[in-house]
Amino acid sequence: MAERKDLTAYERVLLARDKDRPTGMKFIDGLFTDFVELHGDRRYGDDPAVVGGIARLAGRPVTVICIEKGSDVREHIKRNFGMAHPEGYRKSLRLMRQAEKFGRPVICLVDTSGAYCGMGAEERGQGQAIAENIIGMLSLRTPTVSIITGEGGSGGALALACADRVWMLENAAYSVITPEGCASILWKDAEKKAEAAEALGLTAEKLAELGIVDRVIPEQSDDWDMTMSALRDALAGEVSKLCEYDEERLLAERYYKYRNMGVNGQDW
Amino acid sequence: MAINKDFFKKVLNLNSLEGEPNAKSGDEAEAAPAPETVVCKGCKRTIAKDEFQRRLYVCPRCGRHMSFPPRERVLALADEGSFVEFDAGLVGKNILDFPGYDSKLDEMRDKTGEPEGVVTGRITISGCPTAIFAMNPDFIMGSMGAAVGEKIARLFDYATAERLPVIGFTVSGGARMHEGMLSLMQMAKVSGAVNRHSEAGGLYIAVLTDPTCGGVTASFAMQADILVAEPKALIAFAGPRVIEQTIHKKLPDGFQSAEFLLEHGFLDTIIPRQRQRAGLYRLLSLHRREDGSYGRA
Ligand SMILES: [Zn+2]
Repeated sequence: MAERKDLTAYERVLLARDKDRPTGMKFIDGLFTDFVELHGDRRYGDDPAVVGGIARLAGRPVTVICIEKGSDVREHIKRNFGMAHPEGYRKSLRLMRQAEKFGRPVICLVDTSGAYCGMGAEERGQGQAIAENIIGMLSLRTPTVSIITGEGGSGGALALACADRVWMLENAAYSVITPEGCASILWKDAEKKAEAAEALGLTAEKLAELGIVDRVIPEQSDDWDMTMSALRDALAGEVSKLCEYDEERLLAERYYKYRNMGVNGQDW
Repeated sequence: MAINKDFFKKVLNLNSLEGEPNAKSGDEAEAAPAPETVVCKGCKRTIAKDEFQRRLYVCPRCGRHMSFPPRERVLALADEGSFVEFDAGLVGKNILDFPGYDSKLDEMRDKTGEPEGVVTGRITISGCPTAIFAMNPDFIMGSMGAAVGEKIARLFDYATAERLPVIGFTVSGGARMHEGMLSLMQMAKVSGAVNRHSEAGGLYIAVLTDPTCGGVTASFAMQADILVAEPKALIAFAGPRVIEQTIHKKLPDGFQSAEFLLEHGFLDTIIPRQRQRAGLYRLLSLHRREDGSYGRA
């Protein structure tokens, strides 16, 4: 394999989608202890594509929410390949509000090709559910950290990533549209996916440069135990720091973080 | 109906702003070329363009609400002379050096006569002041770039400081791919500004127009206190084509229409264009105190 730093954007997209990459629940296992899963959105159902609950991060109780793609065929189907329905987003918001009530920090682990595009999802307000999550995260009175671990597919990923800190694994890909979709819409040629991946600027490195991602998490060449243990230490440190902020500072910094998105390099 | 007359007068005034006389004299009429026409997207009939404009881009035959240029929309809603535009010169740059984006922006600016995909400002409606934004369906399909996000966020910030309501006309075919993740981040950015406005007690009325899809639906279009839509507007997270590709089935007629969303509980009301001025005035006035201020005391 080529040196990781030499990978093209599209090669990273393929790594982000790799079947052998740990899914959300593997990260929960690797980063936290004492996980208790909590189900349901209290509105309609329980979306298996979104897994959430309470756990300990280096001893501290936190609320954890991940998007789970599933690791085998049966699980892929059960988890809808990690494409959430509105119930998934409503469950996550319910758990975030619960975290706020009990003063727990919230950690989101994002790995999705996108929110599900189907009839039921539309009928039950996919757009409204994501919109409510975004504004909910921005107003949440407790520290939040989101980590893009694999694919960050557009609005369906952003719904869980409007956090105080957004981290991204080295070979994750966070994009407004898939490179294939972009190439076929703009250039009528899905085969130009590699050029599209480059142009979209979807790598962790590029997004850090743009100020969209706060920290790039190195992947220890296929040693996921090592990667996770380094990530756990970094995460515990960051959460402790954020827990010392008073509420006002936390909310103000979060507001300005997003308020300034896209301002750099402009003439205004 | 007085409101309607008012409306037509506005649009006529607008024509005169664009240098077209309200009534042509005999000489001019002779010299004029055949009147421009448009074809209704609903019933496919041909309509004289000036009649169409006078009717606020609504088909006189089938009632189809066609796309309404945002500046004309704002002027048609505003009391005469009340529109003050904000950030008219604020435009976006090609930050990612995305191939073809610079020429696309030039082309759009030529085609629409607008520098960016949204018009923002303040107006009064029958004396009620409000901040207003109207997105542009013809500017890269009402897509969200950094400049569009910045203009809308600034408008909410202004409305928060001035304790004004915001009326927002949304339209969007999806993300502005040429701005990559900066485009996606505008959803969060505007949502933050909506949240501050809301927490300060501000009233936000969104009017969803055809089509409102993708990230705009999944953020500020759905975050309003009162959600209004135009008749038959397509309102979706994923548009019909994307869904049909996913499920390999044809969608039923009317799926994701404003009427469908109303039935499923995702809208407050549908107001046809000719009645929007009256309808929005009523909503504003119901939130306005006797001293003329809005919001919480
Ligand atoms: Zn018609």
